[in-house]
Amino acid sequence: MRGHLATLAAAGTCLAGIGLSTASASAADLTLCWAAWDPANALVELSKDFEKESGHKMSFEFVPWPNFADRMLNELNSGGKLCDLLIGDSQWIGGAAENGQYLKLNEFFDANGIKMDDFIPATVVGYAQWPKNTPNYWALPAFGDVVGWTYRKDWFSRPELQEEFKTKYGRDLGVPANLDELKDIAEFFQGREIDGKTVYGAALYTERGSEGITMGVTNILYNYGFKYENPDKPYDLAGFVNSPDAAKGLEFYKALYDCCTPPGASDWYMSENIDAYKSGQVAMQMNFAFIWPGVHADPTVGGDKSGYFPNPPGPNGHFAQLGGQGISVVANTDEKDAALAYIQWFAQPDVQKKWWSVGGYSALRSVVEDPSFATSQPYAQTFLDSMAIVKDFWAEPAYASLLQPMQRRVHDYVVAGNGTAQEALDGLVEDWTEVFEDEGKL
Amino acid sequence: MSKVAMDRLAEATPQRLARGVRGLSDRALAWIFVGPTIVLLLAINIFPLIWTIGLSFTNFRVNRPNEDIRFVGTQNYTRILTDTDIWLSMQATAHFLFWTLFLQIVIGFWLAWLINRKFRGNDLWTTIIVLPMMLSPAVVGNFWTFLYQPQIGLFNYAVGFLTGQDPSSFSMIADVSLAPWSIVIVDTWMWTPFVMLICLAGLRSIPDSIYEAAECDRASPFRQFWTITVPMVLPFLMLAVLFRGIENFKMFDLVVQLTGGGPGSLTEVTSINLKREAFEKWRTGYSSAYAIILFVTVYGLAAIYVKALNRVKQR
Amino acid sequence: MSSFSVTEPSPTQKWVAGTLVALYALVALMPLVWIIATGFKSPSDAIAYPPKLLFEPTVEGYVNLFTTQTRATPEALAANPPETWYERIVAENNQTIVGPSRFGERFLNSVIIGFGSTFLSVFLGTFAAYAFSRFKIPLKDDLLFFILSTRMMPPIAVAIPIFLMYRAAGLSDTHAGMILLYTAVNLSLSVWLLKGFIDEIPVEYEEAALIDGYTRFQAFWKVVLPQAATGIASTAIFCLIFAWNEYAFAVLLTSGQAQTAPPFIPTIIGIGGQDWPAVAAGATLFLLPVMVFTILLRKHLLRGITFGAVRK
Repeated sequence: MRGHLATLAAAGTCLAGIGLSTASASAADLTLCWAAWDPANALVELSKDFEKESGHKMSFEFVPWPNFADRMLNELNSGGKLCDLLIGDSQWIGGAAENGQYLKLNEFFDANGIKMDDFIPATVVGYAQWPKNTPNYWALPAFGDVVGWTYRKDWFSRPELQEEFKTKYGRDLGVPANLDELKDIAEFFQGREIDGKTVYGAALYTERGSEGITMGVTNILYNYGFKYENPDKPYDLAGFVNSPDAAKGLEFYKALYDCCTPPGASDWYMSENIDAYKSGQVAMQMNFAFIWPGVHADPTVGGDKSGYFPNPPGPNGHFAQLGGQGISVVANTDEKDAALAYIQWFAQPDVQKKWWSVGGYSALRSVVEDPSFATSQPYAQTFLDSMAIVKDFWAEPAYASLLQPMQRRVHDYVVAGNGTAQEALDGLVEDWTEVFEDEGKL
Repeated sequence: MSKVAMDRLAEATPQRLARGVRGLSDRALAWIFVGPTIVLLLAINIFPLIWTIGLSFTNFRVNRPNEDIRFVGTQNYTRILTDTDIWLSMQATAHFLFWTLFLQIVIGFWLAWLINRKFRGNDLWTTIIVLPMMLSPAVVGNFWTFLYQPQIGLFNYAVGFLTGQDPSSFSMIADVSLAPWSIVIVDTWMWTPFVMLICLAGLRSIPDSIYEAAECDRASPFRQFWTITVPMVLPFLMLAVLFRGIENFKMFDLVVQLTGGGPGSLTEVTSINLKREAFEKWRTGYSSAYAIILFVTVYGLAAIYVKALNRVKQR
Repeated sequence: MSSFSVTEPSPTQKWVAGTLVALYALVALMPLVWIIATGFKSPSDAIAYPPKLLFEPTVEGYVNLFTTQTRATPEALAANPPETWYERIVAENNQTIVGPSRFGERFLNSVIIGFGSTFLSVFLGTFAAYAFSRFKIPLKDDLLFFILSTRMMPPIAVAIPIFLMYRAAGLSDTHAGMILLYTAVNLSLSVWLLKGFIDEIPVEYEEAALIDGYTRFQAFWKVVLPQAATGIASTAIFCLIFAWNEYAFAVLLTSGQAQTAPPFIPTIIGIGGQDWPAVAAGATLFLLPVMVFTILLRKHLLRGITFGAVRK
């Protein structure tokens, strides 16, 4: 196996390095924990440079998304020593910061000239800060991500479909300008016969167990006017979470789910959506931007066959659900210095540039603001446009307690079809109010 | 071991040595033998149980080490007992319990009754039927999600093949009306053999002479079935229900892998609900109270049931 | 028996019963056959519509199960042509192998924890069962019921305090912690089953040995144990199967170090999406030993699964 040879070579150089640098720092064995997905494989490749330069050895623990939060939060709360470095999901930061599970990085950043101003502002707020919008940093933005849409450009550009669409809807079949247009397109493709196969409109997030349906439905809710709280009065929820506009947004998501998704798409998240898209089942898929390098390289749907667009605006706004993560040092680690050395190495502009080239969405401004960035990949511009409109779920320490009822209420309405959208959101206000009362915030 | 071997063994042991080692008294030996087991069970079962009871009166959260632990009295208990969501998951558990027990008894008894016909090769078929119950529910449950997939799944395809329905027109796991049955079907597939085996033991315990006597009295086969077979097998059947009942009340792995509690929270049985409270929301005090309530329920039901079982046995 | 016995079913009855049972058995076997078959399918065959009964077998699923792959461009593959047969298999999907997967480790964890806890629970259980069978112990019935009742608690409920205990003792995510826990859970089974087996050994053997000058311990060790060997072996297999299949404790109390196979197998994913052939391959390797044991154990099955409540 070539991969092994490379590792051996790296180990060889690292041994040589130790021999020469009279034991300045002994070689550490660092474990980095992240989700098991394409970017993680890219990070393994990238980290080989770090192993060579530093002499430290990198191990990895990757957990699939549906189990990622469960496993890693369990790991943090059980005081485990598995991870030295953790690329934890953005919403965990509040809890991890307040409970002392992540190392605070301010001093380290100052001492090593790492400036948060150099990173995309939304990622600094989303991945690094707690409390939000204060200069307290618990992570270095590691992977920018946002929900966007992928579509079958080859299907969209078929003349016969173009024509049929135009006669039916009076406009060209193309990237939708708003959510209603998106639904029209999804309806247009639903049940259609393409190349002898029945295809469907769109793959949405509907997963129940972890965070799937919430990460999907928020994209629509935001754009219909849903707000997490009263902008003037924190934790004041009624009328913002369950405003009539928000209820309309939820109804829209259900309508989209009912009319235009493949049969059985009731528990789908990132990987199911990718599967459906790649196997030619759907015309469009909602998914995080991380999939785009993989889609582009795919032998069957890659290259010119796929296009990308940011989440379309709704009647009351234009946002997209933030994904992505920052990299943190687990407070419990025995290898603090080596872990910090990794972050220091990772923050370098050259490394960040390479990170982007191997498929990682760098959050460093010098990378994404480079004039050549937008055209470097067909999805680069869409990524930039999407990152400009991001909004995130609660990142409170009680985030899991807030996520659970949202998963339940929304899935219950959208997938199981129980009650009305208004009832679902009213129930959510009740659940969330109870959580904040328990937290002593109300 | 035969008596002869016994003697040889005794001869092989030098008398002098055997007598020389003074054996411990039986009582001391008893405690040495039982002690480690009791200690381990106290450490891993009873001590934690007492701890759980203690925690159930507090607001403790595992993930908030910096927060003060407050005594909250019975607040956790009252909140749980008045929470409609928890009643919903109790309902999900009850539906699951009732239908799995019902189907497993009917099919299990029927199979045992057939196997008791002593046809050729019944040993082989019995062994095949028993296989599913010995396997890991998590691993098998996970694979069933694949079998349940519309279109590509074997289950939907088989149903489509038999009924002429379009295999992509229904989804066992996604559909509100089908999801509760999706878990019942898999559990029935896995555990019917258990009930079958116990019933078979019951059937085989009935002496032939009783049937012979009934035959002399010209009792019809139907009458023989209801007056001999069923009453004689009943204690066994009730034992099977006890075992399955306790197991399915605790049910976690299979359902987690199959539906994850969805759609909505339709199949969120109590163990899944408890897991969410304890290990996702990390409301340790609250979920401790929840755990205690579940203990009491399962012990209570089991105790009442065992009483009934004993009465049937004595009859 | 004469052909006219009232208890011996007629040949027709036997034939009908046999056919029905065989039919049920075949239907019940289908999911297991499907697991094994899917392990040998290519990913596209695995998700073919309609489901493929006949297919060209491949070991792709097994290769994916044991390796970690990453995407590679055709150019990169052309520059570095695959050398081994398994690299060639993944190269067909524009992928390269970057290293082994975690499956081997997880499987090994299952073996270590399974055998470790089985040994301990049978070891402790044998002594306890002998004492319960032969000695006067105050509150014997209560103790026995207490031992059995530990099995009634929902594992999630037990896991809450265990989680705290193990965190304090540094036992979370360790082999030792899991072995202790599974031992405790299995003790009820081993004590009850072994007590039943030892009860069946006539006391006279030991008495004879005692008269011959054996100490009580010698009598237990040299006389009772050899007689109970079959019982001990089948008890051990039941304990092993429980530990092997256990999921709830494993998913809550283990992570990167001591995770066993059951929580791991459902999380096997390939490049972008669930890799069903790899999952099925993992499941096959994991389930096969239990299937073999079940066939070996069939005589003692009933006794094992009912804690000795039903003997045959």
